[in-house]
Amino acid sequence: MKKLLIALLFVPLLALAAGADVRLDKAPDRARDLPALQNGAKVFVNYCLNCHSASYYRYNRLTDIGLTEQQIKDNLLFTADKVGEPMTIALRRADAKAWFGVAPPDLTLIARARTSGAGSGADWLYTYLRSYYRDDSRPTGWNNPVFPNVGMPHVLWELQGEQVMGADHKLTLAKPGLMKPADFDAMVADLVGFLTYIGEPMANFRKVLGVVVLIFLSILFIVSYALKREYWKDIH
Amino acid sequence: MGATQTNKYKSDGTAAGGLLEWVDARFPLMSLWNDHLAKYYAPKNFNFWYYFGSLAMLVLGLQIITGIFLTMHYKPDAALNASGIPAAFASVEYIMRDVPWGWLIRYMHSTGASFFFIVIYLHMFRGMLYGSYRKPRELIWIFGMLIYLCLMAEAFLGYLLPWGQLSYWGAQVIVNMFTAIPVIGPDLALLLRGDYVVSDATLNRFFALHVVAIPLALVGLVAAHIMALHEVGSNNPDGIEIKKKKGPDGVPLDGIPFHPYYTVKDIVGIVAFLMVFAIVIFFMPEAGGYFLEFNNFYPADPLVTPPHIAPLWYFSPYYSILRANTVNFFWIDAKLWGVIFMGLGTVIFAFLPWLDRSPVKSIRYRGPLFKGALAIFVVCFITLGVLGTLPATPGLTLIAQVCSILYFAFFLLMPIYTSLDKCKAEPERVTG
Repeated sequence: MKKLLIALLFVPLLALAAGADVRLDKAPDRARDLPALQNGAKVFVNYCLNCHSASYYRYNRLTDIGLTEQQIKDNLLFTADKVGEPMTIALRRADAKAWFGVAPPDLTLIARARTSGAGSGADWLYTYLRSYYRDDSRPTGWNNPVFPNVGMPHVLWELQGEQVMGADHKLTLAKPGLMKPADFDAMVADLVGFLTYIGEPMANFRKVLGVVVLIFLSILFIVSYALKREYWKDIH
Repeated sequence: MGATQTNKYKSDGTAAGGLLEWVDARFPLMSLWNDHLAKYYAPKNFNFWYYFGSLAMLVLGLQIITGIFLTMHYKPDAALNASGIPAAFASVEYIMRDVPWGWLIRYMHSTGASFFFIVIYLHMFRGMLYGSYRKPRELIWIFGMLIYLCLMAEAFLGYLLPWGQLSYWGAQVIVNMFTAIPVIGPDLALLLRGDYVVSDATLNRFFALHVVAIPLALVGLVAAHIMALHEVGSNNPDGIEIKKKKGPDGVPLDGIPFHPYYTVKDIVGIVAFLMVFAIVIFFMPEAGGYFLEFNNFYPADPLVTPPHIAPLWYFSPYYSILRANTVNFFWIDAKLWGVIFMGLGTVIFAFLPWLDRSPVKSIRYRGPLFKGALAIFVVCFITLGVLGTLPATPGLTLIAQVCSILYFAFFLLMPIYTSLDKCKAEPERVTG
């Protein structure tokens, strides 16, 4: 009877058996790789931060990933005057909407928002940024199977080159770019690592603190259990 | 007056008898302490299921304290800032990034909301296992159900405040349900929203209700719940009344003072709970999208409807019941049937004390009919919960319809199967 009841409890899991429609590549983990995150910051500031803002993230928080305020001021401070300001942009939303059909979204939280049953937000971004192909039917000349009819053109095309979509729905590199495919993938991984990091800058600290809190609570558990045993030894 | 006080206090209520007597002559401090803790006799055989009452109080306290600090930095404002982000959404990210320890406070509050429901669902299930709703504890149960309804209102109102996509569209869907109510429905929805769509006006009134009105009601109801409990005494896993067997001193033979026995025991439960709570806060604050939905990391956009609007997990069983009503019936629209059954599904628990006709309270002495019915009910409740988070397909809707019927059958057929059930005899004294 008990076994049957336990088996019944797993019935609801059957309802969960639903598949995802896009296969996402796994994004390499860059969470604790400071040079990679710094490279990602450089790529982000140079290629993304003209149309997209990261308006909850302050420039001086880049000190988290090993940069000094002077380095930030000299190399990365393109859209603000002071190092304590957030990564906003000068592009007006109304203009952006007129030019692209949709205002480019703020990217601070994009890695968290893009998480789904198909994979993490990082996986989605990593696959998306590497999947652009030529499509002359689109106004920008580019399309993307991960984000069909996307408004954004292929900003990194010079580096990746041009991909084409074959009849078998596979992407092949038709014209090579400035970077070798493996180097391009590594650079996108750095960029995605940076986007993941700004989505939750305290994530690394949060996990470290979690270990400390759990060690404390484990000791407290032993002490409180001993106290309870002591009080309850006469109760039968 | 003075004469009785000299009997009670050796100091005649002056400062000479010490601070405690001075206070006691003016405020029932020691009698409150004794009535509710030191001389409140609880059965000695509480098991695992009896931790969740004190844990619910703990979570309520945590939600109020973290809520106070969040209120200091949060802005209930739907206007867009220079980057095109609503101020409310931006203020939550400000808390997460710029407020010292703001991320911890916010994750405690968001995780606490889900844990409140986990703890409350287990607490209610305990009541159903051991018949804690039965005479003389009907009012405790009804106060508890009112707490549950307030808690659902509180969670729904609070979920709008981060002003993300699912905050916005979830509120839109739920407020629109009220329009199904005949005659007053549309006006009621308008009153709730304060506007024709969910807007800044809605955000501000939801903030007021979430921060002041519902918490006040919750605290009052919790006080009533505990006062009623301490008036009649706690039930226990054997479902027998310990007050029936008292020693010569008038103390129940199977009772032990709540303090220190259950205070030290509940501390163990609290520490164990905090460990689970900390694992979620520090290592998986989104809990796979069930505690913080991923789509809610997009700011609210009234012009873009998300493809799939899922309620948070603790509402999903009722959302499934709502969606399972697909037939217009008796000239009444399917939508109104959905709202009726969803509402009934939440309040029907309150009738349990009168639906249950069994001669025994505890599952330990009940027969196979009740045990089977409860097992089917639990499976249906969880299945409905899982289905409520998924997009509806014809196959899944059929499963939801079957589960909804079984859900209500558990309650409506209870007078029949509990009176037919073959129960075992209850023991005279509690059994470990």
